[in-house]
Amino acid sequence: MQQERLLQHRILPVVTILFIIVAVWYVAAVFMNTPFQRDLDRRGNVTSTPMDFIERTLSQPKPVLPAPHQVASNVFENTFLRRVTSNRSLVYHSWVTLSSTAVGFTLGTLLGILIAVGIVHVKALDRSLMPWIIASQTVPILAIAPMVIVVLAAVNVTGLIPKALISTYLSFFPVAVGMVKGLRSPELIQLDLMCTYHASAAQTFWKLRVPASIPFLFTSMKVAIAASLVGAIVGELPTGAVAGIGSKLLAGSYYSQTIDIWAALIAGSVLAAILVTIVGVVAKIVDLAMGGRPA
Amino acid sequence: MGAFYKMPMNEHSSSVVSARKLGLTFETSDGPVHALSNVDLEVRKGDFVSFIGPSGCGKTTFLRVIADLEKNTTGEISVNGMTPEEARKSRSYGYVFQAPALYPWRTIDKNIALPLEIMGYSAAERAQRIERTLDLVNLSGFGKKYPWQLSGGMQQRASIARALAFDADLLLMDEPFGALDEIVRDHLNEQLLKLWSRTEKTICFVTHSIPEAVYLSTRIVVMSPRPGRVTDIIESTLPKERPLDIRETPEFLEIAHRVREGLRAGHSYEE
Repeated sequence: MQQERLLQHRILPVVTILFIIVAVWYVAAVFMNTPFQRDLDRRGNVTSTPMDFIERTLSQPKPVLPAPHQVASNVFENTFLRRVTSNRSLVYHSWVTLSSTAVGFTLGTLLGILIAVGIVHVKALDRSLMPWIIASQTVPILAIAPMVIVVLAAVNVTGLIPKALISTYLSFFPVAVGMVKGLRSPELIQLDLMCTYHASAAQTFWKLRVPASIPFLFTSMKVAIAASLVGAIVGELPTGAVAGIGSKLLAGSYYSQTIDIWAALIAGSVLAAILVTIVGVVAKIVDLAMGGRPA
Repeated sequence: MGAFYKMPMNEHSSSVVSARKLGLTFETSDGPVHALSNVDLEVRKGDFVSFIGPSGCGKTTFLRVIADLEKNTTGEISVNGMTPEEARKSRSYGYVFQAPALYPWRTIDKNIALPLEIMGYSAAERAQRIERTLDLVNLSGFGKKYPWQLSGGMQQRASIARALAFDADLLLMDEPFGALDEIVRDHLNEQLLKLWSRTEKTICFVTHSIPEAVYLSTRIVVMSPRPGRVTDIIESTLPKERPLDIRETPEFLEIAHRVREGLRAGHSYEE
């Protein structure tokens, strides 16, 4: 019964959408690769049945839009059939991106929490800091990323740290905003209660504000970890980085290796899904440990 | 510390709350609101005083002034012979709000432990007090539950236990049973009276239910709005031992009638 519901309510809708996407993708691939294939055939004086023609549009080495099975086999090959230390392995590139994502996310979360605590407790910070924080996120990250990389490279900071800092830049924001809301979420009655006990500000903070903010923290961490991944990938683009999903994307576009680009995109999406899921699972565990009602 | 207060009740015992010409005016954008004006009141040790009146009569505001959650703008008030602020800082009262205000991430045990943690009681002392207060509100065995696992009435009992856990001999209750249905309310009223006689606390109780006020109180303070003021103070003639069916007796109905008259005299039914 339970499994039947899971199948009907969770798996079936997702699979249906996946099926539709793949179908649309195939149709689009045929259409987009047709002009080049027609050109090729005319020059080679090849005449063929429509079925043969469609098959050839889906098996070009550098297609405009690679077919799903081409991307899938590229992902499979580069994930499972190569040594993880190989320069072609998606696991290797994902690991490089993941490590700077993780460092950036950790720094960003800590920074975000710190800023939120400051804003909630210091009136002057509340008035002065918030506009700057919001302004910081209106600057396009693509404009900032190269400057950060170049400036830091000039002072001999290269490799993981500059990329992680770009992740930090993107991920502190949702955490700061979420935590300001979370730390202010206790109701007046709960604050009054603390007042009747003559609780100190520190006691009110640790025993009321912090626990009350935990659900807000996890919600914003889900957004922050996805933003961190984007930051790390963007950080890999302008460096001419030798490794990472970003560098794989860049190399693919230099050499028109469209299949590689799409494979790298898939790797990035899978990584994002895994990271968000991990945060979600931790959130669930913490929620249950804090007396949350099981869903 | 240790045992709850077992002192004998004394008619002439000392004053716990004493208000003289107390007034509180809120400045709002629509001009001043006179929440309280010229309130004179004496609450003696061991009293069970109810404050009754329509909304806006200042009954909750008065309780909050006692608790130092609001400051009076005129007049004087002392709590246990101190200013309300000193009284709050020496933790001389427990406050029960309209809602249980239990922290959802703490079990009932841990919720009751909250004031004890803040006030620096040892772990052993905490455990002992939790057990004793849970027993006092008939919630023994529910300590490991989270608030959402309890009914509304049980949650409010837990919040009363929390207010009883430390040694404050004054209990301030702001419509604690207002959100509960009548059957649960009757039951809790009965339990509260037993608890009061067992602990000998002084209780200030805000309500807008006439039967509740008459059933519980040794004294009933009738208030009326605009400006919030005391219109009548009724000494109850009911015995200390009160079964629920005392509410059918002529004596009870007589007092209830007087309360109703007092409320009417304050023009509270006109609007």
